[in-house]
Amino acid sequence: MEMNEKIDALLRQVQRPARYVGGEYNQVVKDKADVDVRFAFCFPDTYEIGMSNLGMKILYGVLNEMPGVWCERVFAPWGDMAGAMRRERIPLWALESGDSLDKFDIIAFSLGYEMAYTTVLDMLDMGNIPLRAKDRPGLEHLVMAGGGCICNIEPMAEFFDLCFLGEGEDVDREAVELYRQAKKEGWSKEEYLRRAAQIEGVYVPSLYDISYNADGTVASITPVGETPARVRKRIVEDFDGCYYPTRPVVPSTEVVHDRVSLEVFRGCIRGCRFCQAGHTNRPVRSRAPETLLRLGRETLENTGYQELNLSSLSTSDYRGLSQLCDGLLDYCRPRGISLSLPSLRADNFSMDIMQRVQQVRKSGLTFAPEAGTQRLRDVINKNVTEEDLLNSCRIAFEGGWNNVKLYFMLGLPTETDEDVLGIAELAKKVFWTWKQHAANKSRGVRVTVSTSEFIPKPHTPFQWEAQISRQEYLRRVGLLTDALAKTKAITYNWHDAEMSLVEAALARGDRRVGAVIEKVWRLGGRLESWSEYFQLDRWLEAFPACGLDIDFYGTRERPVDELLPWEHMDCAVSRRHLERERERAYQGVLTPDCRAGCSGCGAASLLKEGVCRG
Amino acid sequence: MDKLRLRFSKTGRAVYISHLDLMRTMQRVFSRAGVPLKYSEGFNPHAKISIILPLSVGTASLCEYMDFALTEERDLAALPAALDPYMPEGIQALEAYQAPGKGSELRWLRLEGVLRGGHDAAFYNDFFAQSPILVEHRAKRGVRTDDIAPSIRQARFTDEPGGVKAQLILHAQEPTVSPELMMAALGDDAPAYFRFTRLEAFREDMTPFR
Repeated sequence: MEMNEKIDALLRQVQRPARYVGGEYNQVVKDKADVDVRFAFCFPDTYEIGMSNLGMKILYGVLNEMPGVWCERVFAPWGDMAGAMRRERIPLWALESGDSLDKFDIIAFSLGYEMAYTTVLDMLDMGNIPLRAKDRPGLEHLVMAGGGCICNIEPMAEFFDLCFLGEGEDVDREAVELYRQAKKEGWSKEEYLRRAAQIEGVYVPSLYDISYNADGTVASITPVGETPARVRKRIVEDFDGCYYPTRPVVPSTEVVHDRVSLEVFRGCIRGCRFCQAGHTNRPVRSRAPETLLRLGRETLENTGYQELNLSSLSTSDYRGLSQLCDGLLDYCRPRGISLSLPSLRADNFSMDIMQRVQQVRKSGLTFAPEAGTQRLRDVINKNVTEEDLLNSCRIAFEGGWNNVKLYFMLGLPTETDEDVLGIAELAKKVFWTWKQHAANKSRGVRVTVSTSEFIPKPHTPFQWEAQISRQEYLRRVGLLTDALAKTKAITYNWHDAEMSLVEAALARGDRRVGAVIEKVWRLGGRLESWSEYFQLDRWLEAFPACGLDIDFYGTRERPVDELLPWEHMDCAVSRRHLERERERAYQGVLTPDCRAGCSGCGAASLLKEGVCRG
Repeated sequence: MDKLRLRFSKTGRAVYISHLDLMRTMQRVFSRAGVPLKYSEGFNPHAKISIILPLSVGTASLCEYMDFALTEERDLAALPAALDPYMPEGIQALEAYQAPGKGSELRWLRLEGVLRGGHDAAFYNDFFAQSPILVEHRAKRGVRTDDIAPSIRQARFTDEPGGVKAQLILHAQEPTVSPELMMAALGDDAPAYFRFTRLEAFREDMTPFR
């Protein structure tokens, strides 16, 4: 990439310019003469966030392995840079070539959280790409999206030409291959989309007509022509043999997760009823410990990273964890490489692993009981008992840890004040456990309680639930604040519900919400997952301006027979299973994890043999 | 092997990498190249490397120096070629050797630069021929006013087709005068755009620093 003087002058005025220039080790640069499909992989957040994302590393590698395809990276500039670029009329560019977005055939976004939606529009606009699919008539500048949000992408449906439901490794390749053919044979955009919609996992929003009832609910979702009635999620069945990026780009400036991230398995055996990822990533598929050891070693050698992290939705549930940790420690210890294990469960086995791994540095321990009483934990199917938690804390305190973080949600279905106060009780018991068992009391202890507001998400047993109002959330926060006020060793942090309000509306929004997102962007909304940039007022102005009510999407409970806006997205877990799980939630009945007993959720149908091996 | 020194250049896209990021990047380069840096002992081990004179973001250099130590014997002459394939774009290892003296012996830097969107060469020549040249800068205790004139050994400006070319020799340590500080001394007369490159380092007596 050539740095022209105009850009150089900008870079001298902004914070952390290294994130805008590329040139990092392991970036892929191809000769344009050998390239017939140029793919801009856009991450609708900052470089520091995007470069921490494993999905992006995987797809960057997968696409660049295709001869003739050049995938480059594009991130959203921070406010200072974005402002300067707009002032100087410099379009958004890709890091590898420095070319602006309009030089690309395909512009694809990775969407992992709803608050990134306005940033998608901002990046398109900064790249001089028309926002709406209907305003991009040709085959060039095809705008695509993938990631966790696709399981209800209706609010963004009018901006995207094509979306990928599920895991992207195979389906991205197939869609790009088809694009290459379309370009060579001179198809129209409609022809391409019509054919692409036949690929399993591809969702073409324009090929589904939506009608609404007078009360604003969805009346029908009608596929056009030969389009499948429902889009079936794609997965990589052979996860052990699946592509893993052992040569990821190594940032030259610090990013959020600046380390090797080894994905041990996909999916989750736990059916926590609030958890979207746990339901949309089924069935569980793992890599063998030997495979992980080899991939981990190779990636460490190719990057020079000094830290390796085992990632998954619930790493304690990985069957080969003990063997894997021993193998990794044998390699890492003599080389001064540290190993980190997030998302551990509060059980004996996990504590044993934790102690082996963190022999030197005792950083904080984090547990997520999610609810304060056993009753409510049973409602959400969070299979952790108070005994498990306190026992884990005892082991930790005896082992010298003195910093414990506890995560909870407020506003879960059926939550009462007693459940809220239960959080304080539990935190106090953790503190007493420290008093009784601390290895060294003179160092003191820090117990941190954090709460966030529960957000009902599509494809979960709670997809029909109402979100509590912001006032009610704040009342419960107040209750908990008072209950914890007298214990100095316990710190209470709570996230404001302003963002949750919007997130809830976007998560379960329908196609009409697209106008709201565009309006908010026009009012200046971008990078809204950052509290620096988020403004509730813009959303409160935009919903009514578009003739919509934010509470219709957020705090309204849906009747079970309502046609939901995402009903044509088939994530393989059946509606019947979700309804059943919701019933069990109200009865406070636990559902065993996938290994203890199959609950017949439907995800096994994605596997060739139809049997899930957990 | 202790007391080793690497001379390297930092140009092109790498000029935007900050000093702290460069330290981290260098550790990773050595690790990728399989050249084992010595680490400190203790709870939080860190590589024993130090870059002699931190470079401002945006300034290029052909004469950066990093002191380091290795846990094993290596052919120093072959080291730059061994490290280079593992560098990010814009950083090049030039020379590795036993450090003949302390890093603090580096006292003067020869730089060149280009200035645009300001005055012509004559103006800058006149300005930097003055004595004293007072400039305010933030010090540990509040704002301090310093005379930088004694630290400017050479400040020659010439008009060229692409802008005003600057050829400077500045005192680099105790006290430090950077080209950015010189530009700051110009106040409202500072050019809209400037860019500098470190070319060569010297000791106090203007013999080459190694």
